[in-house]
Amino acid sequence: MTADLTFILLALLTIVPAIWVVFSPNIVHAGFALLFTLLGAAGLYAFMGADFIAVTQLMVYVGGVLVLVLFTVMMTRVPHGEKRRRGLDRFVPAAVFAALTFAVLYKVVTAVEWGGVAQMAQPTVAVIGTNLMTNYIFPFEYVSLVLLAAMIGAAILIRESKPRDAQPEDESEVQS
Amino acid sequence: MNVGLPHFLTISAALFCLGLFAVMSRRNAVGILMGVELMLNAANINFVAFSHYVEHGINGQMMAAFVIVLAAAEAAVALAIVLAMYRNFGTVHADTVQSLKR
Repeated sequence: MTADLTFILLALLTIVPAIWVVFSPNIVHAGFALLFTLLGAAGLYAFMGADFIAVTQLMVYVGGVLVLVLFTVMMTRVPHGEKRRRGLDRFVPAAVFAALTFAVLYKVVTAVEWGGVAQMAQPTVAVIGTNLMTNYIFPFEYVSLVLLAAMIGAAILIRESKPRDAQPEDESEVQS
Repeated sequence: MNVGLPHFLTISAALFCLGLFAVMSRRNAVGILMGVELMLNAANINFVAFSHYVEHGINGQMMAAFVIVLAAAEAAVALAIVLAMYRNFGTVHADTVQSLKR
């Protein structure tokens, strides 16, 4: 079946680079693997008939957040010696806790009889626009306020502070 | 195989746990942020899947859109914090920065 094959490919495109994001010792490689995970998630949204969410995912995550992340990675250089050192004291508890969480979640997913049936895929852009202006007008305005606050906060956080002591090599890092 | 709701929930659970693992085990603050993004994407997949298979409406997709907006705001602020941290302490490792001010 074409749908099954598409789903399996999209699931692999989502999960396999996510594993690389988590385990790669090189943070730049992790960032580029995150690109494929986000693309796979956008494909899954499109698979479920959420065309607007899929396009928004592409524009906001791949076009915005990922570029920000990669810029930050490239502006902050990590000393070479300690990049690969990853202590087992952090690795093992994290692995155990994540595996336990996945076991519980998987148990819930397989135990419950969900009984959902797929709806026919139809265009959602007009419906989402109407909803934004009617039922969701308060969250819409509120989220615009949040975005404004985040923008101002980021600009204030990143601005040059007064030079308390001499630090000549870091001054050129934040020209944006 | 008939692709249904449990398949999407399983993928979302795997993505969430990978993100959780990244948050708990990474030292680089940008890596921790990537883990948070993975977890937010897992939540989004759940929203859209329940909207598609159970609710048959648009509310889940609206919620997913708001989550995407909030994730963008969170990423901007978090990366600004990482850059400020790098400027003040010269490192992006979350476990070496132990004081709030220099």
